[in-house]
Order: sequence, then C-alpha cells, then structure tokens
Amino acid sequence: MAGISVAVPVPRVSRIRVTRTLRGLRRNSLFIISVFILAIVVLAGILASWISPHDPRNGELSDKNIPPVWYGQEFVSKTVVDQVELGKRKEQISLREARKLKEDVVLGEQVSAPVAKGGSWNQVLGTDHLGRDIFSRIIHGARISLIVAAVTLGVGGVIGTVLGLVSGWYGGWIDELIMRVVDIFLSLPLILVALVLVVSLGQSFAILVTVLVLFMWVRFARLVRGEVLRLKTMDYVALARVAGASTPRILFVHLLPGVTNTVIVIATLQVGVVILLESSLSFLGAGVPPPTPAWGSMVADGRDRLAEAWWISTMPGLAILLTVMALNLFGDWLRDTLDPRLRQME
Amino acid sequence: MQRFLVQRLIITLVTLVVVSVIVFVMARASGDPRGLLLDDYAGPDQWEKLGEKLGLNKPLYQQYWIFLKDAFRGDFGESVREKRPVMELIKDPLLATFELGIAAFILSLIVGVPLGVLSSVKRNSLWDQVGKVVALLGQSLPPFWLGIMLIFFFAVKLGWVPASGREGWSSIVLPAITLGWFFVAANLRLVRSAMLDVLDSEYIKLARAKGVSTTVIIWKHALRNALIPPLTYMGITLGAAITGSLIAEVVFAWPGIGRLAVSAMYYSDYSLLQGIVIIFTVLYLAVSLLVDVLYAYVDPRIRYT
Repeated sequence: MAGISVAVPVPRVSRIRVTRTLRGLRRNSLFIISVFILAIVVLAGILASWISPHDPRNGELSDKNIPPVWYGQEFVSKTVVDQVELGKRKEQISLREARKLKEDVVLGEQVSAPVAKGGSWNQVLGTDHLGRDIFSRIIHGARISLIVAAVTLGVGGVIGTVLGLVSGWYGGWIDELIMRVVDIFLSLPLILVALVLVVSLGQSFAILVTVLVLFMWVRFARLVRGEVLRLKTMDYVALARVAGASTPRILFVHLLPGVTNTVIVIATLQVGVVILLESSLSFLGAGVPPPTPAWGSMVADGRDRLAEAWWISTMPGLAILLTVMALNLFGDWLRDTLDPRLRQME
Repeated sequence: MQRFLVQRLIITLVTLVVVSVIVFVMARASGDPRGLLLDDYAGPDQWEKLGEKLGLNKPLYQQYWIFLKDAFRGDFGESVREKRPVMELIKDPLLATFELGIAAFILSLIVGVPLGVLSSVKRNSLWDQVGKVVALLGQSLPPFWLGIMLIFFFAVKLGWVPASGREGWSSIVLPAITLGWFFVAANLRLVRSAMLDVLDSEYIKLARAKGVSTTVIIWKHALRNALIPPLTYMGITLGAAITGSLIAEVVFAWPGIGRLAVSAMYYSDYSLLQGIVIIFTVLYLAVSLLVDVLYAYVDPRIRYT
C-alpha cells in the first residue's frame, strides 16, 4: 500500500478558483468602477480647495485657450526681423525673441517658432477663454454639484418622506389631499417656473434649490406612501397600536425604519437626476450663478468656441456623464440589494 | 369614468391657477411690475397707460382678475423687446417646437423599438449588451452636452449637417437625435421588458406549437403587446420632453417656443415670458388631460389608481 501515489488535482481547483474570481470581478466590474468614480467625485468635492492646482475663478488672459496636455507644441517657420510688422505675427518673429530660441540668429534667417501655447501638465485639461484652468474648475464644479444635490435631496427627501408617511398612514381625505397636491406638482412645468423666477428675482442658489426641491419631493412622497400602505398591514404595526403607541411614535419609530431602504435607494438614484437638472439649468443661465464654477455653465461657455477650443465644453460634459453613469450603476446595485421591488420604478 | 374625468379636470384647473398665480406674483415680486413689463425707453405716458390697464391702483385680487381676463382673451401685452403683441410672436415657434417633438418621437420609436425587440430576443448577446449601454447612456447623458458634441462631430468636423437653425430638411436631424435620445433608451427598456413578459405567455407557446415561424411570432404577435408601454410612457413623460425640447432648441438655435422662452429670460422680457408660460402650460395640460383620458378609456385599470 505504501508507495502508491495518488494524483491530487490541486492545479484544477485553483484554476476554478481563479476563473470564478475573474467572472465575479467581470460581472461586478461595472459596480467597482462606478464606486471608484463616485469616490473620486466625492473626494474632489470635499477637498476641492486643497487639491485644486489653480484658482477656478481667476485666470490670466494670456493663458487663454490652452489645449489639454496631450497636445504637442506646434511649430512654424518664421522670418527673423527687426520689428514685427502689424498683422504679421504668424510669419515674423523679432530678433530678440528669436535669440531666446536660438542664440546665434541673424536677421533674415528662418527660425522654427511655437505657434501658440501647447498643452502642458500645468493645466492638464487646458484652459478656457478667460485663461482659467479647466481641471480646477471641474474639481470645484464637483463640489457645487454635490452641495446642490445634498441640499435638494435632504430637504426634498425629508418633506417627501414625511408627507408620504402621513399620507399612507392616515388615508382618507388627508391621503386624497396630499396625493392631489402631488399630482399638481407633477404637472407643473418647473423649468418654465425657473425661468420666470430668474427674470423677476435674478439668478441665485436659492431659486435653483427651491425649484429642484419642488421637483424632488413628490418622487419621495409617492414611493414612501406606497411602502407605508404595504407596511401598515404588518403584524408589528398592529402590535404597536395595541400596545397603545401614539401615532407619531408609530410613524417614526416603527414605520420609518421600514421605509428607510426605499428612501435610500430613491435618494441614490435621484442624485443623478438632480445633477442633470442642475447642470441643464446652469447651462441655460438659470442655475448656479456665475462666477461660481458649475459643470453646466462651463459647457455653455465653450459652446461658441468649438472650433478653436473644443475642450472647454467637452471636459465638464464628460465629468457630468461619468458621474451620472456611476450614480446610476451604483444606484441600480443598491436597489437590487436593498429593495428589488423598486425595479418597477422608472 | 366620470369621477376620474372630473378629478383630472380639477387638477388641471388648479395647476393652471397655480402657474398663473406664480406668474402674477413674480411680476410684482420686486416692486412695480411696470419695471419688468416696460423697457428703459418707455415714457411717462406709456407708464401711466400700462398702470391703468393693469389696474395697479386697485387691490391685488382685482389686478389678478384683470390679468386672468386679459389672458383669456389672448392679450398678454407687448413683448418688451420686440414691441409686438406676445400672441403674435408665439405662433410660429409653436409650430417649430411641435415639428421637433414629432421628429424626436418618430425617431425614438424607429430606433428604440427594434433595439428593444432584438435585445429581448437575443439575450446575453451583442444586441443585449448594446441595449444595456444605450439604456445607461440614455439615462446619464446630459442632453445639452450631447447636442454640442453632435454639433462638434457632425457639423463642425464632418460638415454633414448644419450646426443650427431650421433650414432644409437636414437641420432637424441633430436636434431630433438630441431630444429623442432619452426616449430611445426608455423605449428600448420598456419594449425589452414587455417582450420578455409576452414571449413567455401561453398564446405564444401555442403559436409555436402550431408551427408559426419565429419571425412571425416576434414581429406580429409579441410586438403588438410590446408597443403599449412605450406609448403609455410617452404620455407620462411629457414633462421630461418639455425640458428636453427647450434645451435642444437652445443648443441648436431651433426657433421654437423653448428657445423663445429662454431668450425672453436673457433679455428680461417678462411680458413675452409670461405669455409663453401661460400658453404653453395650457397646451401642455390640455394634451396631458387628453392623453390621460384616452388611456383611461383604453385601459380601465387606470381609472382606479
């Protein structure tokens, strides 16, 4: 018996392990990437003042329209002259300037000179028409978007949740009333209201947040009410009533924890919506007031300059796209984990 | 059905009142509304006349009544900037916006529905992946940025279509894509999930058992049912369509109502903005009401929510 060797399938087991891990990673890779992106955005928002390489609001006009870092420096051949004639800056270069490029130039010689400022790591994503560093502005824009989203969802979420709880619990005419108010708010053309407010009161954060909160609370109210209607029938609620719990106590101590999952999922999925709305309003000039950097207004800035400086519009737009995509992917995962019933919601 | 109709009608009217009150109050929010309704060159007579017309010496509720009466007659005063009656300025843009809306709607059906069908029929294949990406992008792309990028690639760089304006049939292409994109994604998801439901149902199994070819099954039997959710969805998301059309019009300088409203905002032309908001809200609510009633008629379950 001794001496018989048995082939132990060790290599195959580890191969299965590796495949499984890889498959899990691949399936979840989207999720991991989205968390990564969100972490970056949140950090950028919080640490904006510290990590931003330049001042987002001030720039040197001489730095205007610098392309992103991967643009090389373009060179052109210029003739060395004593004094550059008017309008011939692209073909001529003064002796003094030429000497900086090549020490032993003489008048009349052709010299290879840089056309315009090329890209550099100093301003990684380029500068805008006022010389402001786009990367820094994007970082500060992240902070603005996050603040607006946080306030909107905080206030709107609280209002919506409370009204949803009340509406679902009491039923009857209170429910009817609140639901009709919800219907009215859903039919209001809020973007037109935003325009009216901006004309009469001027652009401001207050108006932006107000409009967004008015938009947002109804979404919470309806879904929370639905959850409450479902939870109302549960045993632990009946037990609480029998035990003599007061209504506020039932609402906040018993029902609220039950709807928390729903609220969290809605909130996460709506952050993306808020960011899109806020950036759309800023784009139109009815959102974040200048000179505060906001992704939407940055895109608007670059709109007329696509031919010569496409990065002014493209970069902030990419920031919005990636952030919202990450939020949607994360929100979907959260919903599948916490409350798959919400799948029906669009 | 009666009760439902009455309910929806009341809500519509209340919403209209709310919007009119907002517009009315905001005109007076920073003091004398004439500051907003007249431009800097208005003389004292014009000032007086407008004061008379608006009834500024009367109590607020009477002013509001005057405002409503005028609005009912279609009199929103003169645009501060153009010096023409507001109603006149609104007519052509309304048509332009309607055009854009229809184009986007058709596009979203032509692209979204087939993609949804393919995505549901060929699970876990390339089409499915494409579908998922489209759906995600539809939810995440900022429409104004999409429009600008489309201009950059197809108009500035490639020169295939005009960058803006409303001249020639090709000028509607980019705006329609920008506006319709969100709905392409939405339709794709809806059709896909409706198809997945339908394809599992009994009568499909029967059709297969009868020997009907797969193609016929998909395109004739299943699709019929799968088309209902997108059409329903259109009705529900009129609001999103409004916002989207406003942005698409601004990005592409499409001379519609949305762009008119935004430029009214830029030029602080309150009379024009006021007129646009009211007219537009009336039309939008009327269409919403009509759509709701139609759906309730077609699908009785809706009447009881």
